[in-house]
Amino acid sequence: MKRVPFDMGDIDIAWCPGCGNFKILDALKQALTELDLDPEKLVIVSGIGQAAKMPHYVRTNVFNGLHGRAIPAATGIKTANPELTVIAEGGDGDMYGEGGNHFLHAIRRNSDITNIVHNNMVYALTKGQASPTSTIGFTTPVQVGGVTEEPFNAIAVAIAQDASFVARAFSGDEDQTKDIIKEAIAHRGYALVDILQNCVSFNKVNTYQWFKENTYYLEDSHDPLNRIEAFKRATEEGKLPLGIFYRNPDKPCFEDTVPAYHTSRTPLFKRKVDVRKLQVLIDSKRSG
Amino acid sequence: MSTSSIQKRDDISIVLCGEAGQGIQTVEQILTRVLKLSGFNIIGTKEYMSRVRGGSNSTQIRVSSRNVSSAVDRIDILIPLDKKALQHVGKRISPDTVILGEKDEIVGENDNGDLTVIDVPFSQIASDIGGRVYSNTVATGVIAGLFKVDRADFLNYVTTFFSGEKETIIEKNREAAKKGYEIAQELIDSGAVDIDVKKDPGSARDILINGAEAVGIGAIAGGCNFISSYPMSPSTAVLVFLSRHAEEFDIVAEQAEDEISAINMALGAWYAGARAMVTTSGGGFALMEEAVGLAGMLESPVVIHLAQRPGPATGLPTRTEQGDLQLALYSGHGEFPRIIFAPGKLEDAVFLSSMAFNLADKCQIPVFILTDQYFMDSYYNMPSLPLSDTGIVKYVVKTDKRYKRYALTKNGISPRGVPGFGSGLVSVDSDEHDEEGHITEDLDLRVKMVDKRLAKLKEIEKDALPPELVGRGDYTTLIVGWGSTYHTIKEALGCLKRDDVSFLHFKQVFPLHRTTLSYLKKAKKVVAIEGNATAQFSHLINRQTGFNIQDKILKYSGLQFSVEEVVAQLEKLL
Repeated sequence: MKRVPFDMGDIDIAWCPGCGNFKILDALKQALTELDLDPEKLVIVSGIGQAAKMPHYVRTNVFNGLHGRAIPAATGIKTANPELTVIAEGGDGDMYGEGGNHFLHAIRRNSDITNIVHNNMVYALTKGQASPTSTIGFTTPVQVGGVTEEPFNAIAVAIAQDASFVARAFSGDEDQTKDIIKEAIAHRGYALVDILQNCVSFNKVNTYQWFKENTYYLEDSHDPLNRIEAFKRATEEGKLPLGIFYRNPDKPCFEDTVPAYHTSRTPLFKRKVDVRKLQVLIDSKRSG
Repeated sequence: MSTSSIQKRDDISIVLCGEAGQGIQTVEQILTRVLKLSGFNIIGTKEYMSRVRGGSNSTQIRVSSRNVSSAVDRIDILIPLDKKALQHVGKRISPDTVILGEKDEIVGENDNGDLTVIDVPFSQIASDIGGRVYSNTVATGVIAGLFKVDRADFLNYVTTFFSGEKETIIEKNREAAKKGYEIAQELIDSGAVDIDVKKDPGSARDILINGAEAVGIGAIAGGCNFISSYPMSPSTAVLVFLSRHAEEFDIVAEQAEDEISAINMALGAWYAGARAMVTTSGGGFALMEEAVGLAGMLESPVVIHLAQRPGPATGLPTRTEQGDLQLALYSGHGEFPRIIFAPGKLEDAVFLSSMAFNLADKCQIPVFILTDQYFMDSYYNMPSLPLSDTGIVKYVVKTDKRYKRYALTKNGISPRGVPGFGSGLVSVDSDEHDEEGHITEDLDLRVKMVDKRLAKLKEIEKDALPPELVGRGDYTTLIVGWGSTYHTIKEALGCLKRDDVSFLHFKQVFPLHRTTLSYLKKAKKVVAIEGNATAQFSHLINRQTGFNIQDKILKYSGLQFSVEEVVAQLEKLL
């Protein structure tokens, strides 16, 4: 692959050889390049986990915060400076487990952030426990008798809650993944990209081959504006559909609803407090 | 019936007591303002149960010719609005208390003949006007009348206050207010009550604010333009205040899905160049703790307003305590510096809240403003709030290509850039990191980074605010207090009339000012007064200075100290 402006050069990457993360990293950098984004005007926010190390491998601004808390931090960043492109990235445990509440409310808030979730159906950094998306029966050192809880269907939840952009990709198909990421970043509003990914060390069930055999792309005839149809596809039994399930282009962005941006998009750090107004406010406490 | 004791006073404590939902807050809001506008000094405080209807709540309005700013136990005029009221404030009623209320219905069996009761049939009058809901406005009228507030001014204020309501509701409230005012005139004419508190013409033009507004005004003065919080008593009023003024002052005000989100949003906002705060209490702050550590590691500024209430867990949600000093002091795992302010005066809250933003920005640390329910809910008047003491100092730098977020410097402070301002990249990391902000497991660098973060404590200590000495410098006994007890202890000290006793008040409780130990060592006896059960500030002093405070007056019932209580406890000890 040709060098892109987001390359970090020769760095030590902490992922296992053969990890699906490498493909996601390449797809992301390629997407950012094709979108002609300026590394100085982009922030990648993450929590903790193997996937959450991603921003350290992209030449851009980085906010690597707490486990599960990438979405609130990303929301704060985007709201403080709407001129920035903001991506919140992490794994399935980070985003759907520890950060599950933020995921639900990010959909409601509809801040213009792209939420990329590396979904390998296992906890890798902590060495192989079940994740919220692990399949029933998946055995681990903790889930000794196999997982009994229903896997979290983030796609269905997002569509049910009328998220403004909902897509699923597979890391094995770098080109399509790149295209989906591009669409998600270009979309105004909260965009979920759930990326299925193999974990070579801790998931011997949902392997690269398994994903190859158990996924397929939504047909060209699928209408992403049809929420009912999108929900049907998100909840169908059997193989997992890939592609853009749903879009709602009519939802207002959070930043657009904030009074501070009604008349100006100037980032907060460039603004000045009007001290005269504050004096007027204080003086209003003299009469009533 | 004797009303002689209140006639002599130039300082009257009025208490209204009734159920939640009976409109006691409305009475408080109207009366504090109307009485202030007529030229009286005012302090309003309240205590209430954690419920929306029923129970027993009370509001105290102290009207004085002097500038007093603390709560007293004494009740000079009591207006009980329901049967439970006399039980609720029973301990505070004396034969000198004038009770204005329904003699048979409300006072009834509580009266053994030792109470001074003036029969005012509030509910009957209100029902005649249109419903018992107007009882509170009738009571407002009685008080306004007793204090000889100008009738037209009073009625105009009532009209303005209810201006958002339907025309008939405004009219009925006016009628209720008028009726109350007439009753007061009858009481004055018959000689039943005569109040002669002198007016202080200056106070009519004074500013009247409460603790929550003081924190909010200070935050705006400090350049706050982002608040994300989750509602929790008693901290919510600051979120309400900044939300109400969000449009005027370009403030992003967001109610987050939980406290964890709130503070992580605030850290994101600071990272992108905003000046952000959170407001929270007890358990809400406990949820934020991990992110306090994140602020420590990212070297991110953040301002945390922590309005204390009694814990642990849900505790007493609507009551007061100074019980979270240690929580703030030790919050977050790992080692990193912080600043903790604890305003005693409303004016302090304005100044400290504005300064919190500058210091957070300068030293890239969490700065706490520790208040409590009593402080949040107390109103009083003051001549001015000079903004000249405040001012916004920004420390954000424009980055260049070589920018390193954690560049090692002598004082530990690295220039703070924000993304999108300059040609550099800004990388911050909750992992231990290198100068560029990328993950590292270089253990030598780890040591350097810990030293760098802790070096900032020296800078912070340089800026520490000195404690305020109230009284003479040649004391033999020194009372030590912090935060919201300032006015109460100061007034109690005045009542003691002892030249050898002084009071040292701390509005910055961490780190302590370098003069602290010399103040303590000078005294033969030191008495700490704290609103908690374990003398948390005394322990902090001991840890920081090695000085052990022997005598302590501690209160943790959920109510603030009263002036009388402090006087009595000090008299026992001294």
